Amino acid sequence: MIAVFRTLGVELEELEDWNCCGATAYMSIDEMKAFALASRNLALAERQNGNKSVMVTPCSGCYLVLSKTQRYYSEYDEVKEVIDKALESIGLNYSGSVRIKHPLDVIVNDIGLPTVMEKVRKPLFGLKIIPYYGCQIVRPYAVFDDAEDPTSLDKLIWSIGGKVIDWPLKTRCCGGSLIGTFEEIGVSLSFILLKEAKKRGADVIATVCPLCQFNLECYQREMEKKFNEKLGIPVLFFTQLLGLAFGLSEKELGLNKMFSQMKLL
Amino acid sequence: MEKTQGFLKFRPEAELDLGFIDEVAKMPDGKTLYNCIQCGTCSGTCPLAIYMDYSPRRIIAMTRAGFKNEVLSSFTIWLCASCYECSVECPRRIKIADFMAELKQISLREGFYSNQFKSTVLAREFFKLVQKRGRSSEFWVAFLIYLKTNPIQILRLIPFGIKLLLKGRVNLKLERVKEPRQIKILLEAISSNQNKVSV
Repeated sequence: MIAVFRTLGVELEELEDWNCCGATAYMSIDEMKAFALASRNLALAERQNGNKSVMVTPCSGCYLVLSKTQRYYSEYDEVKEVIDKALESIGLNYSGSVRIKHPLDVIVNDIGLPTVMEKVRKPLFGLKIIPYYGCQIVRPYAVFDDAEDPTSLDKLIWSIGGKVIDWPLKTRCCGGSLIGTFEEIGVSLSFILLKEAKKRGADVIATVCPLCQFNLECYQREMEKKFNEKLGIPVLFFTQLLGLAFGLSEKELGLNKMFSQMKLL
Repeated sequence: MEKTQGFLKFRPEAELDLGFIDEVAKMPDGKTLYNCIQCGTCSGTCPLAIYMDYSPRRIIAMTRAGFKNEVLSSFTIWLCASCYECSVECPRRIKIADFMAELKQISLREGFYSNQFKSTVLAREFFKLVQKRGRSSEFWVAFLIYLKTNPIQILRLIPFGIKLLLKGRVNLKLERVKEPRQIKILLEAISSNQNKVSV
């Protein structure tokens, strides 16, 4: 992802001494503590880059937790009060100014598709790509795209030469962390997605969340055994596809770490 | 669990906890729960509803009617993957996914689930790890879940784990923030400042 952003002329900087955002698991134990964890990251970002910081987070879960914290922090005084006190105890303070963005939002809306098109070296002509948004990037806060029928990833795929496949399951849940707790149910949910993708003749699925990518990709062997159906669809993070179109090397894009090898163009 | 899974059409009022809804409605925007019109949009949009013992609509109805025990020991609340489909579609703008998370919190706090139940183990182990180090490790959390719930399953997962390791998709190293004590102080400050804030 860093390599892709660099190609687009944007330098990403790692948040120093970041901590875990708490994810949905923390929310189910103690909401306020989840807010505290997330706000530590926000406060650190503000310290590192001042009042105009933009925090880019590629995981839908982190994206949601951070945005939710940001909202509650500015909307509910009671939350703000508790968080401020807690942050004070570790010598931090936060003014509520950090903007949280998903890389998809940054690339499509801030950098813009014309810039993306300029950088394309090896257009992915004819590659049938499925845009999969998953849940938390557009819900519950549909900040930069529609909650029911988002289209920013579709546009991005067009702009790098890929063929977008019509795909009604765009925002259907992949099962998320259920894969660790109710494995059978989690696997079935992901299977529904893959089966539909296969039926529509997809060459590759583009995801915007690392957990979706993991669920859809790494459990394919298991699903094939369980449902007795051949799948074998590569699942790439959308920046990996971008990188391919920009002509970046496989290693830079982490394609050597993939389970399902993709036949390169 | 057996007992709570069947239909419960009638319970004498004395056995119900009529204050339950008020307890839950203390969550942010929880008052909207009183507005539910039982249209069933949530159950219709929920991708997990078919696996649930009670549909989301019924959970809301039961919460309002005071079926506290049934609600808090249902699988439904733990099956919710927080995909927010229901919250977006709800015509009464009830934050259903947040409501489910609230029920999870109450259920954990009041000990409705045994330590053998994977979802609660996941939540707890994750919580502990982050509290201690500030960062999580998918590999160790997954390992601990299986260790605490179903150790024999680990054997089955070894090939999968090795494959993940070889591909460099998981990291065995336990990462941590520079000063893990900070996280501890931060979280403790929350518990001492907070008497279940109602917003």
